[in-house]
Amino acid sequence: MTGESALALSGASRPRLPRGVRLKHDDVRNEWLLLAPERVLKTNAIAVEILKRCSGEQSLDAIVDDLASTFSAERSRVETDVRALLTELATKRLVDL
Amino acid sequence: MNAPFPSRPVGLLAELTHRCPLACPYCSNPLELDARERELDTTTWKRVFSEAASVGILQLHLSGGEPASRRDLVELVAHAASLGLYSNLITSGIGLTQVLVTKLAEAGLDHVQLSIQDSEPQSADHIAGYKGAFARKLEVASFVTEAGLPLTVNAVIHRANVRRAGAMVELAVRLGARRVEIAHTQYYGWGAKNRGLLMPSREEAEAAIEVVERLKTQLSGTIVVDHVAPDYHARYPKPCMSGWAKRTLNVTPAGKVLPCHAAELIPELEFWNVADHSLEEIWNDSPAFNAFRGDDWMREPCRSCSRKSIDFGGCRCQAFMLSGDARNADPVCHLSPHHQLVETILAEARVDTQEPQPYAYRRMRPSQAVTRERLDISAE
Repeated sequence: MTGESALALSGASRPRLPRGVRLKHDDVRNEWLLLAPERVLKTNAIAVEILKRCSGEQSLDAIVDDLASTFSAERSRVETDVRALLTELATKRLVDL
Repeated sequence: MNAPFPSRPVGLLAELTHRCPLACPYCSNPLELDARERELDTTTWKRVFSEAASVGILQLHLSGGEPASRRDLVELVAHAASLGLYSNLITSGIGLTQVLVTKLAEAGLDHVQLSIQDSEPQSADHIAGYKGAFARKLEVASFVTEAGLPLTVNAVIHRANVRRAGAMVELAVRLGARRVEIAHTQYYGWGAKNRGLLMPSREEAEAAIEVVERLKTQLSGTIVVDHVAPDYHARYPKPCMSGWAKRTLNVTPAGKVLPCHAAELIPELEFWNVADHSLEEIWNDSPAFNAFRGDDWMREPCRSCSRKSIDFGGCRCQAFMLSGDARNADPVCHLSPHHQLVETILAEARVDTQEPQPYAYRRMRPSQAVTRERLDISAE
């Protein structure tokens, strides 16, 4: 299985945050955080929009389409961002693909 | 910087009880354990969790002792979930039934960290001082994954299991863990008491580190390996607690609030109790928390050291324990004038003979033994 997570990232993948990984708006600090086992990760605005869509319902392609149209952004750039983030998080077992 | 206004804490370690069926000789609890009669009641723990959420705590670690020894565990988890706290159950597994694990999952528990003592059943049971513990833990791991909860396996490394550090990573994978902690023993409290029997040889410790680092790379994407190296062998000290009273706090079973679980070792510190103060007051104003914030307390060689913002002079408890003064550099640092003390201790290191070691097991004193026998692990 080693290293396959990145390869498994096809457009049809339906990424989701597994149980034990939660995106949370912290009202005390007024920022979005990703909470995970023994980890608290700060998330930038782009990552938050991507992660909000990782519910296991939308495919990666659909998430990219959605983001590109919502933010009137170039699709290929959005796709690069989405793939980079999800690959990194999957390696850390923070996203299931 | 002079004792800066404290940043907000992110983590709370709630030691719900010191009662535990296991007797691991490196237990992080203090030598003087709190008896059941002194434990905070359900209402008080819930208030502490509420205060924790409002002061900015994000993650709540439910620990002990064995937290499943508390009959109100499900209620406490449900309360934490209602506050949006990320809850992590740190457990030996003993006392967790499938029904209880399911109830905890339904109550909103986020994560389970299960300890294992070795990958060899007989050795594991001897280390835990509890016959059948290993087999039971394997069962509990399956309860956790079947309930859909993410599992971390935690293994403390010392002389008797150092050769199997890699095997324990592989066991964690087989148990379905998404994360494994391989932590070389830290020598405080019970660990310090048993140091002569726990300290592995340098060669075996280094071989274990190499194996685990290799597995960490190989298993990337399958399991996350968090590795705590043995600090006695290091050149610079560990950045203990990411800085004193900077990120986390610890509440003992009787409600005393500590900057770290070993802080009671330092006799000059004054700790406040949740019975007398809010968590926010304690975080901001308690003498123990302010004792080593910032760097005004530092002596040379730390004070003028370029690494003081990297490792904060190491561990205050270890500095006190070894040099007699918590303001000294952690003697692990090769720049410490007390570094020779660490070299002397390293002379206790031995190659394992694979004979069962006569540990001073972590037990409550005889006066507390009654409490121990009434340990309620039957669960519903």
